[in-house]
Amino acid sequence: MSAPEPDSAVSAAPAESGSRTLQMTLVVCLVCSVVVAGAAVLLRPIQEKNQKADLIRNVVAVSGLLKEGLTEAQALKRIDARMVELATGDEVKGIDPDTFNIVKAGKDPEISTELTRREDVAGIRREPRYLPVYRIIGANGDMKKLILPVYGYGLWSTMYGFLALEEDLRTVQGLRFYQHAETPGLGGEIDNPKWRAQWTGKVLFDQNWKVQVEITKVAIDSSTPEAQHQVDALAGATITSRGVENLLKFWLSDKGYGPYLARLRHERS
Amino acid sequence: MSYQHKKIILDPIIDNNPVILQVLGICSALAVTSKLSTTITMCIALTVVTAFSNAAISLVRNHTPSSIRIIVQMTIISSLVIVTDQFIKAYAFTISKDLSVFVGLIITNCIVMGRAEAYAMKHPPLPSFLDGLGNGLGYSALLMVIGTIRELLGSGSLFGYPILPLDRDGGWYVPNGLLLLPPSAFFLIGMIIWVVRSWKPAQVEQPEYRIYHAPRPEVAS
Repeated sequence: MSAPEPDSAVSAAPAESGSRTLQMTLVVCLVCSVVVAGAAVLLRPIQEKNQKADLIRNVVAVSGLLKEGLTEAQALKRIDARMVELATGDEVKGIDPDTFNIVKAGKDPEISTELTRREDVAGIRREPRYLPVYRIIGANGDMKKLILPVYGYGLWSTMYGFLALEEDLRTVQGLRFYQHAETPGLGGEIDNPKWRAQWTGKVLFDQNWKVQVEITKVAIDSSTPEAQHQVDALAGATITSRGVENLLKFWLSDKGYGPYLARLRHERS
Repeated sequence: MSYQHKKIILDPIIDNNPVILQVLGICSALAVTSKLSTTITMCIALTVVTAFSNAAISLVRNHTPSSIRIIVQMTIISSLVIVTDQFIKAYAFTISKDLSVFVGLIITNCIVMGRAEAYAMKHPPLPSFLDGLGNGLGYSALLMVIGTIRELLGSGSLFGYPILPLDRDGGWYVPNGLLLLPPSAFFLIGMIIWVVRSWKPAQVEQPEYRIYHAPRPEVAS
């Protein structure tokens, strides 16, 4: 091919008539829609598998099972996912917890209810009626840990994460966010392993099962009984830290997993 | 490959770089360069889209009535972007989560539209394809430089592998948090433009006007 010369004026002049314009529009739209639809349909199974794997990977990561020396595949076998109706605390059948999309469910008016301003401590506006919970089961089938999806508004974004509770349903095993858009280096430090490690062993309820958790900017005095409910706030991220505290308060209250946790306590006592 | 073709590809990398000389595509350059893994995915996506959209638009250029040419270009570009986005979601899921909307925003990237309108509408498919490839590579070259600096000095790693031992893990390097924030890419692009224009003064723009110093009006005191 010779040097790329601009086309001569003759060949560059397309038919400008109305019918040609219409024809061209139709052809372009048809070809493009086939290409887009084809790609979307062909790739959807792989994408859904990715999404599911990603969610489960986060559940596994927060469960602490990997730290106990299990491989991911072994850890997966110990996870028992169930759907819970938040208002009653009942476990419901008929919804697949593996394909349940938490982000979408929180916005879908069909399966979520609007929160009043007073109720909406976590800044999420709507609350899904159902959410998946993940039980970590021991060798003989009894529940060792409970993992709850939690989310709430920080400074810029809704932070989605998992809270893992120990067998006593009071002590934190881990708190980990898998989706947020907080400022990198400031609020984004909720992903910092050091900050996450602080949560392990903290107690979220007092003796009467009232939610007690505080993210504090004051140095924690470990000799006081309150220390077990306190976590150091992130430097330079007051609003993100407050967001994390608020979302925990919301999801552990009666509006959140309260009824389900009460039921589990009752079953186990 | 003929000399002409080589020139079409190599020209936009230094001499006619879309970001450095034409200052296009800055928005995504700020957003995706905090980590090299996202940077390279974005670069590949943009290069593929620019190259193929240029070729496709060039193919239909003689049948496109000028009254609807922009919308035809947009339709072709956005279809290619959606397909690319779907591929990234299927085969590079974790990276696609970091890139979030920015792959979708390639549709509005000035480089893609600019090359379609300025080059592909006037040239045959093969040179158009190469021109798109070259401009994509020019964008990529700059983004990779910025991504390398930002990730190395901002998080002490490259492609996620630790290079500089961080102080929080017991090393000596205190990461510079500013480099993780979008404005740092602005400063870096500015500095690169400065360096390139000092090296190649031909790229310096002529001033569009001069400030005229009006003679001080005599005011009766």
